[in-house]
Amino acid sequence: MIQINNLSKKYKGTDFFSVKDLNLNIAEGEIFGLLGPNGAGKTTLISMLSSLLKPTSGSFKINNLNYVENQKELKQLIGTVPQEYALYPSLTAYENLSYFGSMYGIKKPLLKEEINKHLTILGLSKFSHQKIKTFSGGMKRRINLIAGILHNPKVLFLDEPTVGVDVQSRKAIINHLKKLNKKGTTIIYTSHHMNEAEEFCTRVAIIDHGSIVIKGDPKKLINEQPEVKHLEDVFLSITGKALRDYA
Amino acid sequence: MHKLLASASKELLLLTRDLGGLAVLFIMPLLLVIVITTVQDGTFKTIKQNKIDIILVDKDHGEVSQTILKNLKSSNMFNIIEHVNENEAQKQIQNGKYQLAIIIPENLTSDLNLKISENVAGILAKFGVDEEEVPQEKSEINSKEVKLYFDPATQFSFRNSIKSGINQMVSKIETKTIYKAFQEEISDDPLEEIFDTESFISFKEIIPNSGKEAMIPNSTQHNIPAWSLFAIFFIILPLSINMVKEKNQGTFVRLRTHPVSYATVLGGKAVVFLVVSLIQFALMLLVGIYLFPLIGLPQLDVSGRLPLLFVVAFFAGLAAVGLGLLLGTIAKSQEQSAPFGATFVVILAAIGGVWVPVFAMPKLMQTLSNLSPMNWGLSAFYDVFLRNVEFIEIVPEIGLLTLFFLVTTSTAIIYYKRKNAV
Repeated sequence: MIQINNLSKKYKGTDFFSVKDLNLNIAEGEIFGLLGPNGAGKTTLISMLSSLLKPTSGSFKINNLNYVENQKELKQLIGTVPQEYALYPSLTAYENLSYFGSMYGIKKPLLKEEINKHLTILGLSKFSHQKIKTFSGGMKRRINLIAGILHNPKVLFLDEPTVGVDVQSRKAIINHLKKLNKKGTTIIYTSHHMNEAEEFCTRVAIIDHGSIVIKGDPKKLINEQPEVKHLEDVFLSITGKALRDYA
Repeated sequence: MHKLLASASKELLLLTRDLGGLAVLFIMPLLLVIVITTVQDGTFKTIKQNKIDIILVDKDHGEVSQTILKNLKSSNMFNIIEHVNENEAQKQIQNGKYQLAIIIPENLTSDLNLKISENVAGILAKFGVDEEEVPQEKSEINSKEVKLYFDPATQFSFRNSIKSGINQMVSKIETKTIYKAFQEEISDDPLEEIFDTESFISFKEIIPNSGKEAMIPNSTQHNIPAWSLFAIFFIILPLSINMVKEKNQGTFVRLRTHPVSYATVLGGKAVVFLVVSLIQFALMLLVGIYLFPLIGLPQLDVSGRLPLLFVVAFFAGLAAVGLGLLLGTIAKSQEQSAPFGATFVVILAAIGGVWVPVFAMPKLMQTLSNLSPMNWGLSAFYDVFLRNVEFIEIVPEIGLLTLFFLVTTSTAIIYYKRKNAV
């Protein structure tokens, strides 16, 4: 489904590559986790795959569509859930979703149906006509997710979709994503929650300094390492315990 | 079309949710036009109706000073306060109590009469009219100065108009004195009228109307178009701030992952803000027509001009929206867009002739004014409001305004595409 070839990104004014010569293939129907410490290059990679950032070099294809030549078709195919709540605070949940759904070209009767379906599944139907600015962090995260999946994308990119939410909201989000995956959506997501990734992903890749250090089935990765019980132990053994601060 | 409508509908919702912002958008321009028109109308009334207190120091006590005094009084513009001391008058002007003091020098009448009598006698002697009298030696008479003390705070235009008024008065007195001197030299009968001393040349104010009805412009007729245009262009502020906000909220970034063109996103904003500018204009007209007469200001006359006025407002709004879209696309923060937008509109208004007429500007500024969309809009408004023209005659101006919209919007789209190319 996704073929990434020697993809690199170097931001202006920096002397290092945020993503360096990255090669990766993700198959249809996978739930692929991109794990890594802060500044490892996860968000940069997802931003390039979502057509938000121009790669410095290399290329990628999604569903055999080239990201330069087939941008419009590609955008119709993918869904993106950014890390920030990219919503209009003064509009209601329904108005926000209706607008972003319309931008995918979904017409009214179907759009209304899709919005109500997702709101019900994620427990927000009774708040649909409340303004976003009155929502809690967990509620905003769920609306943020719905805005990216209204058009039933073939590929869904999620940048830390469960950051800063309570356990209940996290469970609701993960369960919904699993259902989407069962219906055929390929999911690529970044997270700092190792337990969540271990339980949720069919495959993970640990990225550090812009390159993939290790990738594979999380359970296999755990089994391959001696005296390791969780994915978090694998992560720490590979990336180290030093703090990663970037100014 | 579906995406454009959805974009416009979202913009409308965002605007209506910000009631404070909406009120500012509509009320501030109205307040602006009311205040400016009242102030300008007040200035007009100050000159026409309310008298200005001025000091007159008469050191002459002769016919000339009496004529000046009589003329000043009959002009109905001044309350004359007669003073005896020039220094005291100077002090009063210096401390800003009065705006003007006129000092008439000593022996002005007698010296003027003597000077003119000598000149006339000399001329007549040359022509051999007054043969029995041998021309006397000319007296040493120095030219006289009527001093005008002005408060430094008075406007240049006020000083100029007073100076030219006094100058005109003095010239008239000199001319009459010359006629009188000739009459005395030629005729023995002082009552015999040889010369008609009344002015031969007078002025008549005519507004050319090319056969159509044209109006004498009042402060309302001048201010509504000028300040409506100013308000229409001020829309670049809320529009650019709206766009910068979207960038900061992350919604613009999300939209970049959607299969929607930037032109469609801008189109939605353009439609809504264009409607807002037309509503602003309609409110301005309503204020001019219905509110102004109630508060003692001249009524706005739009009879027969309404459709053309809205045509001009539409294209001016289009140009303003284009500028707002460009600014919103380029600006990275509200700290960039708000001060730049506000200052830029004021500059456009200044070079566009909203405050000072273009013909009164220095040559360089006159050339620059041709580049201001406000100048094109203002010309079109004046054409419709004051010259009563047909649609075809405003096509050049609205053509320029449309071109401005196309250039600014295209630049915004190209800039956005280059900046976000993948």
